[in-house]
Amino acid sequence: MATPTRILLYGLMAEFATPEALLAAAERARAEGYRRIDAYSPFPIEGLAEAIGFRKNRLPFIVLIGGIVGCLGGFFLQYWVHVLYYPINIGGRPLNSWPMFIPITFELTILIAALAAFFGLLVLNGLPMPYHPVFNVERFELATRNRFFLCIEARDVKFDVDGTRRFIESLHPYGIYEVEN
Amino acid sequence: MADEVDKILASEEIAPVIEPGHTYASITDKISAIVLTRPTPMLWYVGFGISFVFVLILLFAVSYLLTKGVGIWGINIPVAWGFAIVNFVWWIGIGHAGTLISAILLLLRQKWRNSINRFAEAMTIFAVMCAGLFPLLHLGRPWYFYWLFPYPSTMDIQPQFRSPLVWDVFAVSTYFTVSLLFWYVGLIPDLATLRDRARKRFPRFAYGMLAMGWRGSAVHWHRYETASLLLAGLATPLVVSVHTVVSFDFTIGLVPGWHSTIFPPYFVAGAIYSGFAMVLTLAIPLRKMYGLEDFITLRHLKNMGEVMLATGLIVAYGYMMEGFVSWYSGSPFERYLMFYRMHGAYRYMFWALLLFNIVIPQALWILRVRTSPLALFIIAICVNVGMWLERYVIVVVSLSRDFMPSAWGMYSGTIWDYAVFAGTIGLFLALMFVFVRLLPMISIFEMRGLLHEESEK
Repeated sequence: MATPTRILLYGLMAEFATPEALLAAAERARAEGYRRIDAYSPFPIEGLAEAIGFRKNRLPFIVLIGGIVGCLGGFFLQYWVHVLYYPINIGGRPLNSWPMFIPITFELTILIAALAAFFGLLVLNGLPMPYHPVFNVERFELATRNRFFLCIEARDVKFDVDGTRRFIESLHPYGIYEVEN
Repeated sequence: MADEVDKILASEEIAPVIEPGHTYASITDKISAIVLTRPTPMLWYVGFGISFVFVLILLFAVSYLLTKGVGIWGINIPVAWGFAIVNFVWWIGIGHAGTLISAILLLLRQKWRNSINRFAEAMTIFAVMCAGLFPLLHLGRPWYFYWLFPYPSTMDIQPQFRSPLVWDVFAVSTYFTVSLLFWYVGLIPDLATLRDRARKRFPRFAYGMLAMGWRGSAVHWHRYETASLLLAGLATPLVVSVHTVVSFDFTIGLVPGWHSTIFPPYFVAGAIYSGFAMVLTLAIPLRKMYGLEDFITLRHLKNMGEVMLATGLIVAYGYMMEGFVSWYSGSPFERYLMFYRMHGAYRYMFWALLLFNIVIPQALWILRVRTSPLALFIIAICVNVGMWLERYVIVVVSLSRDFMPSAWGMYSGTIWDYAVFAGTIGLFLALMFVFVRLLPMISIFEMRGLLHEESEK
């Protein structure tokens, strides 16, 4: 049911003064059956991501893959150079002198894993994002200072402007705002 | 003063890492105002101006070096590694405290790190930048530095990966990259704060671009914390490996005074020692200049003094073992080198290094010294000087006296050596000044989180 208000409206946003109030509100919204919700806070709050239904964090796996790629790539880079591409016989010592390859293998493991962590973080979080509707709320600039926000998005199947507003009012927020798209 | 010390003594466990009376808003406003609204202190202009003069000296000295070659330095054969390598090791060691504070203390959940990690990390990045200059310029033809990397070369040759000097290239460039990423990840939420607090158009735009649209979503925070922990976990072994690899530059060689197994741990401890000294050297004037005593409390200074004392003792053990092993080895060359260090032409440096690194810092055993910013500042400066002398003794004295007396030689730095060294100190300080002017020097969001944790108690 795509009514015009729904297209113009990104969602309804509630402002809270404390992290505890936001956490409680997020849990109630989730219990109420809302699924498309997001919470915004000026610092990380333990349990908040779980409260709005976040389950699977894929970042550690991405970093693991990065580390393995760096480790194998780093070793075989040196193996390839010294054994296959440009073998030099120095006093009859083995070409694959692997203990001497460990420092660079180690450094490249760290390097690729760290790059994976950084870019993984950006990609999974969808950053950089030059535009986002939540910034249309004037009070939202306090989300990076001392206020805590909960947004129930209009694309939630359970969303309906009046009903959701009534529900948010029952959470006793500091303020309620309509988020324009 | 006595009352204050007694108070800290009495409340050893509850000494605050943040002074009472602050709210999320007051923390945010106070730290972001330094960048956004407060007038730049006069001292800033003076400090930046003086540092910038030294940056110009650096540019001049490097330009002259590029036209004339490394012959303008004091290096010769046998002492082919002079100031360049001494300064390289010194700078890279200084950087290590930043990573230690940001990564290792994060993993150990030391809450007091929160107000000093940001500028300690900045210090790491700037110190590594200064460090990197030296081996680069020491190459003689720095424009061919890329020969050290494996790339599809038309000359059909590749770097020798079994060489510690190539390990150095990989260790230092990895260290710089990872430190930069870690620092930037830490900055993103604070850049968003500055974006939202800035009232002028250009700062809003600039901080907005750098913050990349950060909006503090719970899911983003969750991944963010995972990424921070993972980066900390990666940076921790990295920082140990970097100075280990730097020490391999020496220990893999056969030169008496270099060929030793104590070097890796003793270099790492020395790095942390000098790094904490530099953090104190910077933190004490900064907190005074910007009135940040609420956030960088006496507790922080005391803790850093304790880390310095502990790492200083490890370094002292290193010196002791160097002396013992050179005697116990029975090698006449090793024995002679130790004798020459103590009694030869460079003896003043050796005894000064023992004074600055071992004797003076013992004052840190006294609580009153550990809680006095002035005393800590003086000790930190002594340690900075002492650690530089240590590297000088290791690099220069060992090379000047190797196996054959016919190959002995003397070394002293020329005016150009001093110009480049002083220039990098200027570059480091100038970058620090720019940093405290443009970016929040204390992590705002971590301070908010800290306040939340403290208020929950």
